[in-house]
Amino acid sequence: MTVRKRMHLAAHFPGVNSTTVWTDPRSKSQIDFASFEHLARTAERGLFDFFFLAEGLRLREHKGRIHDLDVVGRPESITVLNALAAVTERLGLAATVNATFNEPYELARRLATLDHLSGGRAAWNVVTSSDAFTGENFRRGGFLDRADRYARAAEFVATARELWDSWTPEGVARPFAHQGQHFDIAGEFGLPRSPQGQPVVIQAGDSDEGREFAAATADVVFTRHGTLDAGREFYADVKGRLATYGRSPEDLKIMPGVTVVLGDTAADARERAAEIRRRQVSPQNALLALEQIWGVDLSSYDPDGPLPDIDPEPEPALARGRVRVADPLAVAEKWRALSRAKGLSIRQTVIEASGRQSFVGTPETVAAELDEFVTTGAADGFILVPHLTPGGLDEFVDRVVPLLQERGAFRTEYTGTTLRSHLGLPEPIWKG
Amino acid sequence: MTAPHGRGLLHLAAALDQQTAFDAASYVGPAQLAERGGLDFVTLGDTFARPGPDALAVLSRVAPATRRIGLVPTVTTTHTEPFHVQAAVATLDWVSRGRAGWQLDVSTTEGEARLFGRRHAAPADALWREAGEIAEVAARLWDSWEDDAEIRDEATGRFVDRDKLHHVDFRGATFFVKGPSIVPRPPQGHPVRVVDATEGPARRVAARYADVALVRVVGPTQARAVRAELRDAAAKFGRHPDTLRVLASLVVDLGDGERAAEPGHGGGGPRQTAQGPLYRGGPVDLAELIAAWHASEAVDGFHLTPVEPHRDLERLVNGTVALLQHRGLFRTFYPGSTLREHLGLARPANQYAVTGGAS
Repeated sequence: MTVRKRMHLAAHFPGVNSTTVWTDPRSKSQIDFASFEHLARTAERGLFDFFFLAEGLRLREHKGRIHDLDVVGRPESITVLNALAAVTERLGLAATVNATFNEPYELARRLATLDHLSGGRAAWNVVTSSDAFTGENFRRGGFLDRADRYARAAEFVATARELWDSWTPEGVARPFAHQGQHFDIAGEFGLPRSPQGQPVVIQAGDSDEGREFAAATADVVFTRHGTLDAGREFYADVKGRLATYGRSPEDLKIMPGVTVVLGDTAADARERAAEIRRRQVSPQNALLALEQIWGVDLSSYDPDGPLPDIDPEPEPALARGRVRVADPLAVAEKWRALSRAKGLSIRQTVIEASGRQSFVGTPETVAAELDEFVTTGAADGFILVPHLTPGGLDEFVDRVVPLLQERGAFRTEYTGTTLRSHLGLPEPIWKG
Repeated sequence: MTAPHGRGLLHLAAALDQQTAFDAASYVGPAQLAERGGLDFVTLGDTFARPGPDALAVLSRVAPATRRIGLVPTVTTTHTEPFHVQAAVATLDWVSRGRAGWQLDVSTTEGEARLFGRRHAAPADALWREAGEIAEVAARLWDSWEDDAEIRDEATGRFVDRDKLHHVDFRGATFFVKGPSIVPRPPQGHPVRVVDATEGPARRVAARYADVALVRVVGPTQARAVRAELRDAAAKFGRHPDTLRVLASLVVDLGDGERAAEPGHGGGGPRQTAQGPLYRGGPVDLAELIAAWHASEAVDGFHLTPVEPHRDLERLVNGTVALLQHRGLFRTFYPGSTLREHLGLARPANQYAVTGGAS
């Protein structure tokens, strides 16, 4: 008899995200500490593995001006998490921090401090940037080509691990020296080895380089594969890469970012999901989504009218600070086809074509579907991305978590104190 | 409490520094004790040159465990990106609901430079010039969001009024920052900037940018002279001198009972040591000293660093502070909620709102 596989759950603070609905009367501040405290306490009440904060180092711009249609403005992640450590006891605390605009010594020190102050609950979501636009806020301008980004990130993580391991297990500081392609540093690290050995490392890229990087170095992968088939394919691919690095499949947890909409009946849930999509895609946001593909000013178009007949600019330069659309012509053709086939307006087309909710249904069906993902090898757990700040997970914790526990699919208490213990990850062996 | 004889209110602060404590409890307890004494703020030093946790992180951890006391970590400017420094300080102000300060410092050693491998050690005066630029760009970035930039206007679909968000386009000698900040304007507008103004290169930065200047001095005459110099220099930078608080920084050793153990020392005033001016004596004598220096307008208050953190802070709060309160010389409760309110400093106007320019 095999042990029942249990899922891991994390709470993504909605905040700055185009899917965060700010027009709902229940939507509260994305800045006030009370909002962070609310969501973190909810996640801990639900026995979640960790709380997750994203990062943005430059406000997005559109047509040369600050993008004004979505939630914007956020506090700095590690500082918020240190404060949250005071109002939670077991919940893991994960910060997204860019490796391109930081230096290993300082970031390793900040993460080790969070781990000490929280009693072993820190995690770092490693992201990289090749973005000279964001680089305008920093001494090091930031431009790196794709391959260099991952090489630098890999060396960054390896260096951080050397620093985290530089004191002896007995707490004696010892000098370190690291000489590599990207970093040449030496001295003594500021903190002893942290309560969970090393902070948990999360990786969120989906490219081939990203997958390889995750297999080599990460403890958790944050993916975007929200369907069963895509999830299984990604899961098998990434887990299959681990043996090369002397790691076993359970050493790396795969957690897709997903959204959940609940209702008392299936129809009720579908209706709520549609209403959320309408609020996520305002008329102004629909035109903006179109401009990001067409690459030209479309402000004269009616969002409730048909799509433009003109073709997109092949090299658009309107939007800065977000990922470019790879093949605008193909996307435009697909959207026009969708609009023609279903008789949809611009806004309806954008709603139809862009990101939908991953799980929509009653608490019972959602619990069963989540469990199926985990038991059939599509995920080890989920990073839940609510659409409301800060109450967006209240209902999930109250209605779905108990059902997951009844099925034996989720823990009924925290058995350890560290994030590694929640994730079932062994403490890293001290490498001296 | 009104200020007697036209003097300003007395301000008191204490350092939480201790050797190699990495856990939260080592800092939370002392900060709560200082808050029970009604102190304006606590400080926590930071340097890459010695072991210790990140000070701003520690005081963020302390913030939800306290309600009123100001929280002033040292954040060095030599090796940390200016954009990150200002964002972290602004965030401390958000999580503490308006109680953040920032003690600026520089990293002068080659040992610290080697931890980063990006630049070589530089002389203090060059690094303090740069620290001044970082104090400047931080204030601009804190102002890069006007207070009412967030509008949540459903009719037009706009979350923010982008005319109230500003690029800062700041070019210093060694860095450029485009802006705006990612963090909306903090509750205090500008978190309180603190500079140890004892040495020459830092004193200029203090006169121009500091809300609180710390000076390590052994007597009231010396303190009065430095305070007058700082206030003059502040006026030359176009500031009103009353927007600068000058606190005497003393190391205190209260281990010798009620009265001075060494004749001619405790009651007679601090003496110069390698750690700075050291007061050694009893808590009552320390209260006398504080009252006397403040009454003669030598200083606006004191920043006290306990030699033995737990013992001396306890004696400071329950002995010295209690006596000052009993005599009506120090607050018995916090009338305000922000650090600026404790210090009697106004919330600064937004430099971009005044000119009204769009980015």
